[in-house]
Amino acid sequence: MGSYIVKRLLSAIPVLLGITVIVFLIMAMIPGDPATAILGSYATPENVAKLNRDLGLDEPLVARYFIWLGNMLQGDFGRSFSLNRPVLDEVTERFMATLILAGTSFVLCALFGIMAGVVSAARQYGWADRGITFAVLLGISIPSFFLGMMMILIFAVHLRWFPVSGMYAIYGGGDLADLLHHLVMPAVALSVVATGVVARLARSAMLEVLRQDFIRTARAKGVGEGRVVWRHALKAAMVSIIPVLGIQAGFVLSGAVYIEMVFQWPGVGRMLVDAILKRDILLVQGGVVIVAACYVLFNIAVDVAQSLLDPRIKT
Amino acid sequence: MKTVRLIFRNRLAAAGLVVLGIVVLLAILTPILPLADPDVTNTANRFRPVFAEGHLLGTDHLGRDLLSRLLWGTRLSLAVGFAAAVFAAVIGAGFGIVSGYFGGATDNVIMRGIDMLMAFPYILLALAIVAALGPGLFNALIAVAVVNIPFFARNIRGVTVGIAHKEFVDAARLAGLSHTRIILSEILPNVIPVIVIAMSTTIGWMILETAGLSFLGLGSQPPQADLGSMLGEARGALITNPLTSIVPGVMILVIVMSINLLGDGVRDALDPRLRSGALTRPRAATVVDRRAPVPAPRAEGVLTMTDLETQFHVGARVYRAVNKVSLHVAPGECLGVIGESGSGKSVTALSVMGLVASPPGVITGGSVRFRDAELIGATYGRLRELRGDRVAYIFQDPLATLHPLYRVGDQLVEAIRVHHRIPRAEAWDRAVALLKQVRIPNPESRAQSYPHEMSGGMRQRVGIAMALANDPDVIIADEPTTALDVTVQAQILSLLDDLRRERGLAIVFITHDFGVVAQLCDRVAVMYAGRIVEEGPTRAVLDAPAHPYTRRLIACVPELGAGRRRLEAIPGLPPAVDRLEPGCAFAPRCLKTEAVCVTREIGLAQAGNRAVRCLFPETDLKREAAE
Repeated sequence: MGSYIVKRLLSAIPVLLGITVIVFLIMAMIPGDPATAILGSYATPENVAKLNRDLGLDEPLVARYFIWLGNMLQGDFGRSFSLNRPVLDEVTERFMATLILAGTSFVLCALFGIMAGVVSAARQYGWADRGITFAVLLGISIPSFFLGMMMILIFAVHLRWFPVSGMYAIYGGGDLADLLHHLVMPAVALSVVATGVVARLARSAMLEVLRQDFIRTARAKGVGEGRVVWRHALKAAMVSIIPVLGIQAGFVLSGAVYIEMVFQWPGVGRMLVDAILKRDILLVQGGVVIVAACYVLFNIAVDVAQSLLDPRIKT
Repeated sequence: MKTVRLIFRNRLAAAGLVVLGIVVLLAILTPILPLADPDVTNTANRFRPVFAEGHLLGTDHLGRDLLSRLLWGTRLSLAVGFAAAVFAAVIGAGFGIVSGYFGGATDNVIMRGIDMLMAFPYILLALAIVAALGPGLFNALIAVAVVNIPFFARNIRGVTVGIAHKEFVDAARLAGLSHTRIILSEILPNVIPVIVIAMSTTIGWMILETAGLSFLGLGSQPPQADLGSMLGEARGALITNPLTSIVPGVMILVIVMSINLLGDGVRDALDPRLRSGALTRPRAATVVDRRAPVPAPRAEGVLTMTDLETQFHVGARVYRAVNKVSLHVAPGECLGVIGESGSGKSVTALSVMGLVASPPGVITGGSVRFRDAELIGATYGRLRELRGDRVAYIFQDPLATLHPLYRVGDQLVEAIRVHHRIPRAEAWDRAVALLKQVRIPNPESRAQSYPHEMSGGMRQRVGIAMALANDPDVIIADEPTTALDVTVQAQILSLLDDLRRERGLAIVFITHDFGVVAQLCDRVAVMYAGRIVEEGPTRAVLDAPAHPYTRRLIACVPELGAGRRRLEAIPGLPPAVDRLEPGCAFAPRCLKTEAVCVTREIGLAQAGNRAVRCLFPETDLKREAAE
C-alpha cells in the first residue's frame, strides 16, 4: 500500500508541472504590457520599466517560466499588489475558509447522495423512488447561486433561522457554534447539485449491482434484506461511486465560487473574482496553481481509497 | 423515428421538449414582440410590482421593464450557451479526430494535454482564462468553451479510434487519398452524430456556466444583460425587492430543467437496456401470485414440489419457465434434474427458496414443502430463516456468485452468523474447519484470500463450504461443476458424494450432463420446455430411456472405450416457452412424431418407479415394471 501511494504521488509530478505550464501560458496571453495594465495608462515609462523588471517580465518567455516555477518551489508566489501582502499568505488563509465550506458540502453530498441513491434503488418504482427522483431532477437543475439567494430570502430574512451572510458574527461570536451557524446555509446550497448527481449515479450503480449473482448468493445464505442492500450491494456499488465522488469534489470546489459570492464567505473563490476585477495577476496565478495542486492531491487520495476498497486493483 | 416516438412516450421528456420549445420560440421572436426597450432606464419608476401598468413583470432597480429584459436576457443566454457548445464541440472534436486518427505520438501528446486540462476544477481554468482576457461576455464564452473541450476531445477520440481501423478507411488510404481528404470524407460523417448527441447533453451545462460567470460580474457587462448578470445585478436588492432576482432565476431553472428532462428522455430512448426493462432490481423473494388452491403433496420426502408453476411476465408476454413440475427428494438421496439450457431446470431450483429474480419472475401455482412447512407463499421472514440454514444452494460460476470485495473467510462467517448467534472468532474457526472439510489446502491462510485470488476449483469448494456452513438438510446444486475442467469436476463430485453419505444430505443436482448424473444421482428427472418428460432411477433411465428426447440426450454423451460411435446432436432448438403449442413440446424435433402428439395434453404416465410423458415411448414402462 505504501509503495502504491508513493507511485501515485510520483505520477502526480508531471500533472502538477502541466498545471503550472497551462496557468503560465494563459497568463502570458494577456494582451499588451501587464505592467501598463497594472499601473494604468497614465503611468510613467520609468515606473513601467521598473515594474517589468520587478515582475521579471523583461526576460524571454521560457526563462520567465522557470524563474516563476523556481520561486514557487521555494514558497515565493510573489506579492499581491492590490492587497499588498504575500500571495501565499493570502491564498492559504482564504483557502482554509473555502475548505471548511467545500469540505462540509462534500461530506453532505456524499452522505445524502449515497443514501438517497440506495433508498431509491431498493424501492425502485415505489413512492420513495419517485419522490427522490423528482427532488434529484430539481436539485441538478437549479443554479446554486439562485438557490442560495432563495435560501437567504426564506431562512434568513423571513424565518430568521440563520444569519444572512459571512463566516462569523461581526460582534461577539467567533467560536465553533457561531461558525456552524453561519455554515449551514452556504454548505447546504453548495451541496444540492452534487448530492443530486451522486444520488443518480448511486441509484443506477445499485440497480446494476443488485442484479448480480453474488447478491442472489447472499440472499440464498439467508442474509436479511437490509444487510443485502446496505452491506453487500452498497460495498460493490461503491467501486463505481467513489470515482464520481472524486469528480464531484471538483464541482463542489467550483461551485464554492458562486456560493462565496452569494453568502459573502471569505473564501478563495471570492478572492479570485476580486483579483480578476482588480487585474491582480499574481494573486490569480498563485491562487489557481495552489488550489489546482490541492485538487490533484485530493484525487490521489480518492484513488488510494478506491484501492483500499477493491482488492482487485493491483497496488 | 422510433427514438422520437419513445421520447414522446416518456411524458416528462415530452413536457421538457414542449417547455424548451416555447422558451426558444419566445427568444427567437423577442425582436418582433411589442416589448419596451430593455435598456431604457426610468429611475422614477423603480421596482414596480408584477402587473404594474405597462410592465407585466414589473421593473428593476433602474426602472427598466423586467419582461423585456427577461426575454432579451434569455435570448442572449441561449445564444451564448449554444455558441459555447458549438465552439467546444468543433475544437474538441478536431483534437479528438486528429488524436484518434493518427494515434501514436500525436495521440499521446494531445491526450496528455487534455488530461492536464481535466486536472483543474473547471471553474479555476475558466477564471484563469477570464483573468487573462479580461471580463466580458465573449471572453466568458471562450472560457466556458475551452473548459468543455476535453469532454468532446475524449468522446470523439474514442469513436474515431474505432472507425480509423475499419476497412473503408484502409481502402481510402490505399487509394492514395490525403489524410485531410480521408478525415473529411470518411471519418467526419461518421462522428457527427456522436458530436451532436454530446452537444445536446452539455448545452444545459454551458448555459448554466456562462450564466454563472455573468453572475460573478465576469461575463456580460452593463447595460447588456444575460440571465446570469440580471441575477447578479438584482442581488443587491434581494431582501427589499426579491422579484427582480426571482424572475431571471426561475427562467434559468426552467431552461436547465427542461433540457435535463429532454436529455433523460433521449438517453432512456437510446439505452436498449432500459427499453427491455433489464435494469430492474430483483426483490428479496419471488412474487407469489397463486390462483388455485395449494395442491397436497403426492410423494414422500424431505423436500417435495407439487405442480410447481413459475412464469416470467415481460410486458404482455408470459414465459412458462416451470410448468406443473413435481419432484421429491429423500434424506441421503441425490436427485438429478437434467435438461438443455432454457429447459427450466435452474428456475425450478431457484423457485424452491423464492430466489427467482422478480420482476419478471412470478410463482403462479403449486406447492413446495420442506418437511411439513409450505414454502410457496411463506412469509419472507420464514423463508430467510430456512435459506442457507436448512436448504442451501451451490451455484454455477463461483467467480460471479461470491462477493468480490469480501474475504472468503468473512463470507463463510457471515453464512454461519446469520443463523447462529456465536462470537466472530468461533465462527472464523468454524469457517476454517469448513474449508478444511472441502479439502482446501492451507485453510487458515486461504480464508484470508479474496475470491479473485483463487482458482475456479478452489472457489467452487468455497461455494460448497458455504452451503455446508449450517449443516443443512437439503442442498440444491445448480450446475456446480459446469465451469470447471474435468479432473476438478470429478473431485468436486466425489466430495459431494462423500458428504451426502456422511451427513444424510438430500441433494438436488441440476445439470445438463448425463455423465455427471450417472456418477452421482440415484434418480433422475429429465426436463424439456418447463416440464418433466421422464423420471426414474438413474440406471434404469440410462439403460432403457423411455422418452425419445432422453434417448437422444444420452446419445450426445461420448463414452470412453465405446469406439467410433457417432455423437448425435439434436437438430433444432428447444421451443420458446412464451407460445407453447398444445401437446408434446418436443414434437417438432422428434423422429417419431405423429399427428396425435400435438392435439392434446399428454400426461406423465406412471409405471412402477418410472414415469414418461410420451404416447410412443421408446421403452414400454408398464411391461418393464411387470417384469
